[in-house]
Amino acid sequence: MFNNLAENFYMIEQYIPLILAILVALLFSLFLLKASSLFGPQKPNVEKLTTYESGMEPIRTARERFSVKFYIIAMLFIIFDIEVVFLYPWAVNLKILEDKLGFFIIAEMFVFILILLVGYIYLLKKGALKWD
Amino acid sequence: MVVLIPLAKIAIAISILLFIVTYLVYFERKISAWIQDRIGPNRVGPYGLLQSPADVLKLFFKEDIVPSAATKFVHSLAPVISLTVAMSTYAVIPFGPDIEIFGQKVRLIVADVDVGILFILAFASIGVYGLTLSGWASNNKYSLLGGLRSSAQMISYELSMGISVVGVLILAGSLRIYDIINSQQGWMWNAFIQPIGFITFVVAAFAETNRLPFDLPEAEPELVGGYHTEYSSLKFAMFFLAEYANMIIASCLITTLYLGGWHLPFIDSATLSYGLMPLISVMIFVAKVLFLLFFFIWVRWSIPRFRYDQLMNLGWKVMLPLSLLNLMWVALLVYFFKI
Repeated sequence: MFNNLAENFYMIEQYIPLILAILVALLFSLFLLKASSLFGPQKPNVEKLTTYESGMEPIRTARERFSVKFYIIAMLFIIFDIEVVFLYPWAVNLKILEDKLGFFIIAEMFVFILILLVGYIYLLKKGALKWD
Repeated sequence: MVVLIPLAKIAIAISILLFIVTYLVYFERKISAWIQDRIGPNRVGPYGLLQSPADVLKLFFKEDIVPSAATKFVHSLAPVISLTVAMSTYAVIPFGPDIEIFGQKVRLIVADVDVGILFILAFASIGVYGLTLSGWASNNKYSLLGGLRSSAQMISYELSMGISVVGVLILAGSLRIYDIINSQQGWMWNAFIQPIGFITFVVAAFAETNRLPFDLPEAEPELVGGYHTEYSSLKFAMFFLAEYANMIIASCLITTLYLGGWHLPFIDSATLSYGLMPLISVMIFVAKVLFLLFFFIWVRWSIPRFRYDQLMNLGWKVMLPLSLLNLMWVALLVYFFKI
């Protein structure tokens, strides 16, 4: 029980420096953000605050509909990225497992990648990755 | 002590990082000048060496303009995300073997976590938010297009980057960066064992850092400045800083994952813990990183920018299959040669 506790504490302890590093980076960024309005002059006027559009009067806003392609790419990314995450534990343990199980463990992942490839070929045929 | 030693390391690492960024900008300008047969910055200080600090100072005293059409909070949040992500990933990268200072063993790393690689990949994904949100919040067409492009580009190349890394993980059997470096002693550099993975990773690293030939998010001739069109003063500097910090981290990553970290084929790593050897290994590491940084700049001034459809085709139809091929190659290597 206590042994387990100590182990858990080690698990957390190694992340303390990491959390500190993130905090320091965050504080540094917030300092720069604050400093940007602290030192410089503040003389805003209407012209200066209009949206930049190569010197023209801005035409409507930028918050309009944009190509559905970007959504498709985002969805495909989610699917494939999850598959990649599945590869990680397999990769880390491959050498150990390979000693015990031989080719089986490699074949397993090849089957997994094959399934992934079927989906990938379907995407290509559907034209989901076509840009024109 | 749990807090003080890491804080000291963070202070040192951040100062080094900021120093390198400052002079990376200077050398980028100098090298681009040499490549184009110009002189480059030479007015501020000897050989123009004080040009970059002067530029930083100048940015401090510029007016901070937030366009009235922008979403104010998100407009300020975006550079904070970008910079926080860029300035915290260095924490899990070791830049030398253990050294002894005053009889105490010191690891040359801020946070020696056992999921180092995973942390870097996860944080790199958060970095996408910085660019996307800045593009959206500015409410400017150029920014929006730049932000959209960058998000689509970065997530596309993140896939092949993630799959390339799998090959390295197989050989190291660990996500800890120390173990990955130590699995590459002598001639066992991953760049030699899995050249395809090395190439896909380097290309993906270029795309992730938005460097030419992949700098479509900020393609100046068509998008003005891309996602940072509407940023001025130090907010602009934050994006700039993040971009260069990312470049340094990408170079460190390539060095640790594929170029053997501080190992050199002819230097025996068994003697590394005595006398001058730690110093030499740190120098080897730094030399590799500096060469890669030079390579980044070199490529920028040698290769023209992609068109957007070419970029997406390369990412999805070339890089993704190639990185999967590399994965199978490494798995078969393990099976047949037991390396």
